[in-house]
Amino acid sequence: MRHVFTVRIGPVGFRVGSDWRAPIEQLTDLYAGYPQPEDGVPDFTVRLFARRPWRRVVRPSVMIGGDYILPDAAPLPLAQGLLAAEMGMNLQMALGQRRYLLLHASAVERDGRALLMTGVSGAGKSTLAALLSHRGWRLMGDEFALLDPQTGLIHAFPRLVSLKNQAIGVVERAVTGARFGPLLAGTPKGDIRHMVPDAAAVAAMAIPAAPALLLFPSFGHALAARDVPVSEAFVRLTQASTNYVAMGERGFGALTRLVQAIPAQAIDYPDTDQAIAAVDAAWAAL
Amino acid sequence: MAWAADGWLLARVLRSPSAVAGLDAAGWTDLLAIARAEQLIGTLAFRLNGLDLPPSVVRILADARASADHGRTLALWEAEAARRVLAPLGVPAVLLKGTAFVAAGLLAGEGRSIGDLDILVPRDSLDVVEQALLAAGWEWVKPDPYDDAYYRQWMHELPPLIHRDRDRMIDVHHTILPLTARITPDATALLRDSVELSPGLRTLSPNDMLIHAAAHLFADGDLAGGMRNLWDVHCLVSEHGTAGLVQRAELHGLAHEASRALRLAAALYGEGSALSWADRLYLRRLTARDGWGRRTRPVLRQAFYIRSHMLRMPPAMLARHLWTKWRGGGAGPQTG
Repeated sequence: MRHVFTVRIGPVGFRVGSDWRAPIEQLTDLYAGYPQPEDGVPDFTVRLFARRPWRRVVRPSVMIGGDYILPDAAPLPLAQGLLAAEMGMNLQMALGQRRYLLLHASAVERDGRALLMTGVSGAGKSTLAALLSHRGWRLMGDEFALLDPQTGLIHAFPRLVSLKNQAIGVVERAVTGARFGPLLAGTPKGDIRHMVPDAAAVAAMAIPAAPALLLFPSFGHALAARDVPVSEAFVRLTQASTNYVAMGERGFGALTRLVQAIPAQAIDYPDTDQAIAAVDAAWAAL
Repeated sequence: MAWAADGWLLARVLRSPSAVAGLDAAGWTDLLAIARAEQLIGTLAFRLNGLDLPPSVVRILADARASADHGRTLALWEAEAARRVLAPLGVPAVLLKGTAFVAAGLLAGEGRSIGDLDILVPRDSLDVVEQALLAAGWEWVKPDPYDDAYYRQWMHELPPLIHRDRDRMIDVHHTILPLTARITPDATALLRDSVELSPGLRTLSPNDMLIHAAAHLFADGDLAGGMRNLWDVHCLVSEHGTAGLVQRAELHGLAHEASRALRLAAALYGEGSALSWADRLYLRRLTARDGWGRRTRPVLRQAFYIRSHMLRMPPAMLARHLWTKWRGGGAGPQTG
């Protein structure tokens, strides 16, 4: 392909090829502090391409391809090429990753121990991870936490933090000095702006952490917290994993050990200040 | 790399794994992308197991082996599920393709990617088999009445069924080529000479397995997935030889297809073979893949796609079929 970008995010190497220069330039800029794939051999390939040759220039729209694809994925306008690249990388992980059990969760680390936060889209996992990373926690990732079935450790996957809609303003105001990508308005998921993880998160991304606490945050409710039983945590995490079924017995074993090893709590919150306070309280009570 | 990567890169490495010694990082990247696109990454992983490889490649191939092992477990369980439905009817399930290879422990099954479960049953048991599968949780995939009627009248299999709990597809065949094709394989002989694996589970005889792969590739399909099919052929030949193959292929009317399969498999994975100009065209089509895993040579692909439909049905019928599919907005190489 004409334009190529390669990167390593956590333990996973990617190669992104594109018919257009712009998405590759944006990736190169935003991932400037990241290393290259180990041995120069990426784990996954992503392709951004025009459906027909003339669509490179006439009303350009970006099709997402790669090693693993969803047949019915709709193209994105070229202005959202960066989002297409990020979606393409996430798609390879969701469909092709077999080394780690993927938990659709954000993860932050402190003292070698990881806090996992998972929930439906809009629950606030990305926002909370971004805010916590500004308050002394190491950002391990806002999309996927990688659970190693052999060691039970969580591996970091600190790709660009994907902030959506109101979360963009909240994080922009709170996290001073952070780098942000272009504002992508009117995407299928609303407005999106990517935040570059800080240098410490990137420098430490090869260091795994032992899971310590599992939270199910939920935005838009009066403050409340309750303990989540092991059985419920297990079921909610099977639903939050994109490769649980494909991992077979290894996935079942890994997830069973995780929910038995660490406490789980559901936290409802009306605003981020109260959420941070609730997270601090739950962490302090460990 | 000295050459532009295409399917030949993968073929060379499958033929002689020591060829990876000449690969740089870009070569490995191309090889892995091509192997994934041809659904041969698991096969490649088994073939290269134990070699001294870059650590990143070792990890990627270990993942592919784990994935193939899991796929094998699922395929065998699905075969067992079908056996349990068919056993009370007194109909053995004759396993076809990938599931047959892993169930029989054949070389072709090592690392093989397996999608649907394909079984062969006698044509006069189709109705009871269909009813039993529906009663056991399988459901129709194709809601379109035209497709459904087309399958029942003209195809070599029932319309595909999918299990509502396990989300796995089953194709119930009663022969190995569409009824519209000019060639009519001897379905009775396929069943009669099938081999028992365990009570209620059978495979085709080794020669019939090879002939089925050749029929699927050259008398029916547009050569999609052909590198994998010819790897199957190559493995079958290396384990079982070709004794009696010619007579058997003549019985099924598939002598041309079987000998072409042998020539092309030998060209790709074996000791080579004397090739006709047509063989070379087939090989160009089979290896039409670039280092990004993309399909290449679109004109040649389209030609083989059209050819596959001309083989499958007479011209008037083809015109009517394409017209119906076109109005429905479905037909084309993307969906085929």
